Amino acid sequence: MLVPASPFNGFTNYGIGIGLRAPHYDHILTRKPVVDWFEIISENFMIDGGRPLRILDQILEQYRVVQHGVSMYFGSAEKLDREHLRRLKTLVKRTKTPWVSDHLCWGSVDGRYTHDLLPMPYTLEAAKVTAQKIRAVRDFIEVPIAVENVSSYAEFHVSEMTEWEFLNEVVECADCGILLDVNNIYVSSQNHSFNPMDYVNSVPAERVAQIHIAGHSKYRKYILDTHDHPVIDPVWKLYERAIQRVGHTATLLEWDDSIPSFREVHDEALKANKFLSATVLAKAV
Amino acid sequence: MKLAAIQKRMARAVMQPLTRSEQMQHRAPDGSAMRKYAARFIKPNDRLSSFERLEIYNRQYWFRVLSALQEDFPGLHAVLGDRRFQKMSEAYITDCPSQSFTLRNLGARLETWLRKHPLWAGKKQTLALDIARLEWADIEAFDGKSETPLRLEDLAGAADGNIKLKLQPYIWLLDFHYPVDNLLLEVRDTAEERDFASNAFQERKKRKRVQAVAKLKPAEIFLAVHRVDESVYFRRLDREEFAILTALQNGKTLARAIEIGFRKSKVPVEQRASAVQDWFQHWATLGWFCRAESPKALKTPKPGSGSV
Repeated sequence: MLVPASPFNGFTNYGIGIGLRAPHYDHILTRKPVVDWFEIISENFMIDGGRPLRILDQILEQYRVVQHGVSMYFGSAEKLDREHLRRLKTLVKRTKTPWVSDHLCWGSVDGRYTHDLLPMPYTLEAAKVTAQKIRAVRDFIEVPIAVENVSSYAEFHVSEMTEWEFLNEVVECADCGILLDVNNIYVSSQNHSFNPMDYVNSVPAERVAQIHIAGHSKYRKYILDTHDHPVIDPVWKLYERAIQRVGHTATLLEWDDSIPSFREVHDEALKANKFLSATVLAKAV
Repeated sequence: MKLAAIQKRMARAVMQPLTRSEQMQHRAPDGSAMRKYAARFIKPNDRLSSFERLEIYNRQYWFRVLSALQEDFPGLHAVLGDRRFQKMSEAYITDCPSQSFTLRNLGARLETWLRKHPLWAGKKQTLALDIARLEWADIEAFDGKSETPLRLEDLAGAADGNIKLKLQPYIWLLDFHYPVDNLLLEVRDTAEERDFASNAFQERKKRKRVQAVAKLKPAEIFLAVHRVDESVYFRRLDREEFAILTALQNGKTLARAIEIGFRKSKVPVEQRASAVQDWFQHWATLGWFCRAESPKALKTPKPGSGSV
């Protein structure tokens, strides 16, 4: 069994967390529920002042917080946005996040942002460009970086390898961590007809800094990554396998739309305990 | 095809407006057939063509940016109505796509753009510009920078007319042709009413918004968009208050700002000193002043050294 604390998650040993979302602010600040950690969307707090930062400071007084970004676009052919980096670093100093995660994707061209997580062509050229960016960001913000696999709905003719081969190429070149999203693996596997277990079994376990779980929406011809439902059984199975390989790893439930009560979201996340406990038992035996 | 070329090609298609029935256009940005355009770089699968796979991203882009703009500009939406707001939003985002890593800034250029494109608001152009300006100020004031406020006693040194006072960076001073503060509050109240799913209820909400716009009569107002306890408020100002604060915000000395404030004022001369004193007391209580950086900045006075 691998030791989960690693340079890729700042040698931490976090348990089960949930995403910090506005509808839950009051509950969290007044009831102070026991939660191992919260994940924040960095961009929501890369601002100059006001209520969001005040709430964040109140959360930081009592909880551990990890930053997750949605617009660094490591895979973009464009240069990094210096203003974005400067604001990100300011926030990193505020939260003292042990690691920062963002997506293995692109989303802007010629300074125009789509605000989407667009899929990468799986080529060596793209892997090289992406790895260089990850290294540059890590050197600037001075905390470990974990890249997250995204859900995708399209594939490119130019791809030279599978998605997991591409992910492995990037993280080896960048020497960074992985935020393994098992829901995204499931969604993409259904959209592109591959075995999701092949993906989970192929990632370098020692680099997995964190795991995401979430729900999605099924349509007639494809699945959309909507984060608005509970986690389904096939995704729990992928999670179980990931935990078997990786060990007791920081796990986070994402629920971003049609957000139910805090308790419902937290209870859904805590279902992961069943699998995490199994790894502890296995280690003890 | 190289990475940069693929990304340019895909982004151009993704950001191209949808058809009226919210589908991807059959004509690509380069004028060719979109079916061929998509097939050149996107693989089909056993369920979806290259066109259909690209269309998923095209639709998601537009649903995302349109809903973000609608969320940020409910007042402008009420003024223009559903259909015109939707069309205006598409045209605006096509001309001014997001240039920021955050969707918060999507509406930053809306007022300027609307001014250049008066056809969208037609006879309601003045009202539309007013409400768009207020709604953008609301966004800016919500998460704008704040500095340590000067207390009332700190302002004691303001007896020196040559000093410069700095306003909190989050404060926006605006003058309007319509009482758009009331309109926006009414629109928000309607939106916050319990969101029953029935069509009849939605229709009633819509009628209320339409009525709120229809009954609005022109009236010159002066407003400070500011924060108290991290919530944004609109505070009506007298014409003179507005002029003094604007002059201070523009870096004028206190004496000069007061002089500008009372230019053409109808406030009797003998009442001006007490009016200024009252205003300063309110502004300081609201924490609107902070330390200026200029050499002539206000210095913290010794305790008991007088008042404004």
